[in-house]
Amino acid sequence: MNEAQVIADRLIEIVGDRAEAEATVTTGREALTRFANSFIHQNVGEDAVAIRLRVAVDGRVAALTGNRVDDEALRRLVDDALEAASLQPVDPEWPGLTPPTPVNSSDRSDPATAAASPEDRAEVVRQFIVAGPEYLAAGYCDTSDQQIGFANSLGQRAAGRNTRASIDGIHQTGESAGSAHQTSRSIGDLDGAATGGQATSRARQGMGAYDIKPGHYEVVLSPECVATIVVFLTFYGFNGKAVEDGQSFVDLGAEQFDPKITVVDDPLSEDALWVPFDAEGTPRVGLDLIRHGITSGVTHDRRTAAKAGVESTGHAHEASAAFGPMAANLRLEAGGIEFEDMISTVERGLYVTTFNYCRVLDPKSMVVTGLSRNGTFMIENGKITGAVTNLRFTQSFISGIGPGNVMTVGNNVRYADSEFGAGFVRAPSLQLASWNFTGGAEG
Amino acid sequence: MFDPAARAVEAALAAGAEYADARFVESREEQIQAQNGRVESVDRGESLGVGVRALIGSSWGFFATPDLSDSALDAAGRRAVDIARASAVAPGPAMPLADVPVVEAEYETPHEEPPFEVSLSEKVDLLTGITTTMAGVEGIRIATAAFGAWDTHKWFVSSQGHRIHQHIVETGGGFDATAVGEAETQRRSYPQSFGQYETGGFEVIRRWDFPAHAERIAEEAATLLSAEHCPEGEMTLILEGSQLALQIHESVGHAIELDRILGWEAAFAGTSHLELPKLGSHKYGSELMNITADATLPGALGTFGFDDEGTPSQRVPIVDEGRWVGVLSGRDSASIADLPPGGMVRADGYNRLPMVRMTNVGLLPGSSSLDEMIAETERGVLMSTNRSWSIDDKRLNFQFGCEIGWLIENGKLGKMVKNPTYTGITPRFWAQLDMLAGEDEWVHWGTPNCGKGQPMQVAHTGHSASPGRFAEVRVGVRG
Repeated sequence: MNEAQVIADRLIEIVGDRAEAEATVTTGREALTRFANSFIHQNVGEDAVAIRLRVAVDGRVAALTGNRVDDEALRRLVDDALEAASLQPVDPEWPGLTPPTPVNSSDRSDPATAAASPEDRAEVVRQFIVAGPEYLAAGYCDTSDQQIGFANSLGQRAAGRNTRASIDGIHQTGESAGSAHQTSRSIGDLDGAATGGQATSRARQGMGAYDIKPGHYEVVLSPECVATIVVFLTFYGFNGKAVEDGQSFVDLGAEQFDPKITVVDDPLSEDALWVPFDAEGTPRVGLDLIRHGITSGVTHDRRTAAKAGVESTGHAHEASAAFGPMAANLRLEAGGIEFEDMISTVERGLYVTTFNYCRVLDPKSMVVTGLSRNGTFMIENGKITGAVTNLRFTQSFISGIGPGNVMTVGNNVRYADSEFGAGFVRAPSLQLASWNFTGGAEG
Repeated sequence: MFDPAARAVEAALAAGAEYADARFVESREEQIQAQNGRVESVDRGESLGVGVRALIGSSWGFFATPDLSDSALDAAGRRAVDIARASAVAPGPAMPLADVPVVEAEYETPHEEPPFEVSLSEKVDLLTGITTTMAGVEGIRIATAAFGAWDTHKWFVSSQGHRIHQHIVETGGGFDATAVGEAETQRRSYPQSFGQYETGGFEVIRRWDFPAHAERIAEEAATLLSAEHCPEGEMTLILEGSQLALQIHESVGHAIELDRILGWEAAFAGTSHLELPKLGSHKYGSELMNITADATLPGALGTFGFDDEGTPSQRVPIVDEGRWVGVLSGRDSASIADLPPGGMVRADGYNRLPMVRMTNVGLLPGSSSLDEMIAETERGVLMSTNRSWSIDDKRLNFQFGCEIGWLIENGKLGKMVKNPTYTGITPRFWAQLDMLAGEDEWVHWGTPNCGKGQPMQVAHTGHSASPGRFAEVRVGVRG
């Protein structure tokens, strides 16, 4: 039994029969080593504790958070939660607690990552930096070790542990930049030299960039760009609350995407990083969101599931009442083509390595505006012939991977997210027939 | 109450820190959300802990713990030093610290009604009432309302002798109505997107009088579904105050952060189009553009007594009649740039490293009015309330969308248009500012969700603005 489970159990014990209650406790150590101008400038760590207690008194619901674990503080947290709940109106949609349900064992930790020292992270950073000694490097290497415990007053209990490590950075030449990213369960898997080398190579290729006219271009998108598309579609569309509110584009069973596209949430896969149960203690299981272009599934917590007349898919999180349930083990399934072969089939198009600052103009049409960053390249006659300056796009992410627009799917699936946190999306490169660039570097 | 921070600082010094400081932070938070007449969530949070920062050579080392035992505080101080020392694996030039007054002081946010002393039922009744009103308007599918408040005590101790206690109180909220059409949604918000937040107590909520605006906001959202699209092309653009505040935040506030200018945020948030050698000469905008970073403004969200390095709050000129003259800085960045420290370093809680953050970066009022701007516009569009915001990593190339627009023809406000967007390049856009409303329409808009840093930190910032007019702006960009 881990420490977090002990605290969660204690909270439920203190509540007793005064309320329905569920407790999620996370303990562990988070550390991040940050570098810029090719040296480490900010280097941080913390012993983290996060406690969340939700109680329901005759259908009156309140949630409290805290970070103190002594018995007096736990008792006060319980008393405050009960008082807050008693002042609430009855919630007619309170779905009740998760009944006792078996949860798969989930020790997804790597001992070396859990014990990673500042020197270990600094060494990964050093390797990244020295891969391009003539350039300026910036980025971070972090490690995370989390123990999570869940308990509720119906007797559901779950515990797990996970670790994660990432290296993410750029090299800058003065006129260009190139980025690279790697995430794994184990810090031993991080290759600072290789990621630094990739960033250096992209930065070098990006020199001498020239302006091009905005317009519709065939594109090859890196896994990072594809991960952004997947995150946006998941948050705004494949989200039980968004569906319930009528704001989602989702039309279950319809062929809304290209047949080459399959997106799954796969919390039980070998390389999944998070515990296989959600904030309500519901076991996470695999869920198809898109299967061969057909919209196939939506994430649910207990509340959205009850309203939709289905079972929870195990996607509750602490803010799902407000933002809806979310998937966190996403994967856009690989195709069969090598990245180089993908490029070789492009007569004239653009290779985009990173999307930056994407924002939704309308969640139902999923029109999104954003920019390219850290390397945008012209492809002519099957070869990358040079770099172009950053471009702004205004493009529906639905039609972007919609029927007929996906030409090929790469075989290079990997953890690729960075702008929205690491370790949530695995994605390959995509070759798309058309992408709408609406502005150049000069507007 | 200074003891936990003092103990961590002593431990860091004993372990070899050249300089150390620590914050003992005790904070309370309450967030309530209602939707369509029912309470969706009531979340209350409390946290306390100590974050200790140690400087060795070229790097800060930082460690945070919620454990206030002597052994844990000693360990936190030592770990901050160990972490800083490990940075020598990839070293840089020594990090200097600019001098600031060493003070022992107290500061408290002026407030009338402590937000946590107002009954939960009053807050819940307010939010459910507003959403019931909005949901009753034909065509409205989703009506939400939110309340939020923070009550934070910080005890700051430095190895140079600072002893500062601050009590910061922040309160706010807002509501929005969403109409859902066949293939689109339309939303209207009040007082602005994500609500309006200020330093102060529950009087902030009362002053904005939410119930008086609920029905109008809902009707506007429903009407937008059948409105025409915003036309595409170059024309005169008038921005309502909260959208101009967002424009300031994104295209000025972040660009003037000295850590970005120095490259410290290059990999994530980005850098800046501004270059230090041009400080004092760079033309940022028209002569109507006067911007200050003022952490002393009563009631504004970015107001405090001292920043998280113990530097007193200040009013710093940023843009003077269109000329760039100032930056946002802390003790380290200011020293490197040979500038006076601006007192703009804050952390998101005890467990985050303080970093350069906006205070109240605002545009001083002009002498015109919204009515006058409309009357003097031959052809243009008035846009209100932010809906989307995107800007590049140098804070140059932006595209913003608003919830609602109205065409202006021959000096008269015309029909409502939907999906209004505009795009531009920062200095070119600000050079087109040709009319600016006066003090009567000047509001201290608050942004409660400014993200920056790794690990991510969320800051509360203020942006005073009145409506402004810009000539020949590209509007109506659509996908």
